[in-house]
Amino acid sequence: MLSGKFEVQTREEEDYAVIQTEGYLNGPRGESLAETAKNLMQKGHTRFVINLAETKLINSIGISILIEIIELLEERRGILNFCGLTPTIEHTFRLVALARHAGIFPDEDSAIAALDNP
Amino acid sequence: MSKQTGSEVVLTIPMHPSMELVAAQTGSLIAEANGFDQKCIEEIQLALIETCINAFEHSKSDDQRVHITFIIKDNELEFKITDRGVGFQIDPDKLSTVDEPEPRELRKRGWGLELIKNMMDSLYVDSNEHETTITLVKKKPDY
Repeated sequence: MLSGKFEVQTREEEDYAVIQTEGYLNGPRGESLAETAKNLMQKGHTRFVINLAETKLINSIGISILIEIIELLEERRGILNFCGLTPTIEHTFRLVALARHAGIFPDEDSAIAALDNP
Repeated sequence: MSKQTGSEVVLTIPMHPSMELVAAQTGSLIAEANGFDQKCIEEIQLALIETCINAFEHSKSDDQRVHITFIIKDNELEFKITDRGVGFQIDPDKLSTVDEPEPRELRKRGWGLELIKNMMDSLYVDSNEHETTITLVKKKPDY
């Protein structure tokens, strides 16, 4: 069933940060995710993994905010990898060219490992 | 499943935040009950969400409602999404598909109809200055 709740959790390691979302990613929730990413960037992080395994639905406004995060990271010569995408979300990311600017990996371990081999 | 063929479900939602999820969930339940697989169900959900939020954002509808008819056919589902807003003009044939080989630039907005077209088998737009109906068709994978 679809859920109206949305949660963002972060895990900071020495040289990267993982952001995990849960729930439908729309505009307001995307803003919350972007705020989290910006706070981590202000703390010096430039290497990110966003784990969407618990996000089964996303809309185009949510996608636009993910693109904004990618642009902010590109300005800082950072890197972003996604993991845990449903086939439909992965298809969507490829359609909007987001996959040309960020990596897509099946799970968190492979997304973290790929931060060292962009 | 064929016993449901010819049935319709009619839903009206207010143009309020997250109400697009009601349309998506209804579409999901109908698709599941009619034997659509998970991938199709997720594509239907995304297409319904995008169609509804397009209406929320751009229709300027006086009644601030979106009317959705879910039509169950033999091997496909049809969705008619209507708003009583100002309308728009677009040729769905000019929207790109994911299989196009050209490099694509990173742009933030304006993806809604392209996403919908790529998630569904057919997209028709019937729009005038008083009303817009977008008709979406999703076939079962083998048809």
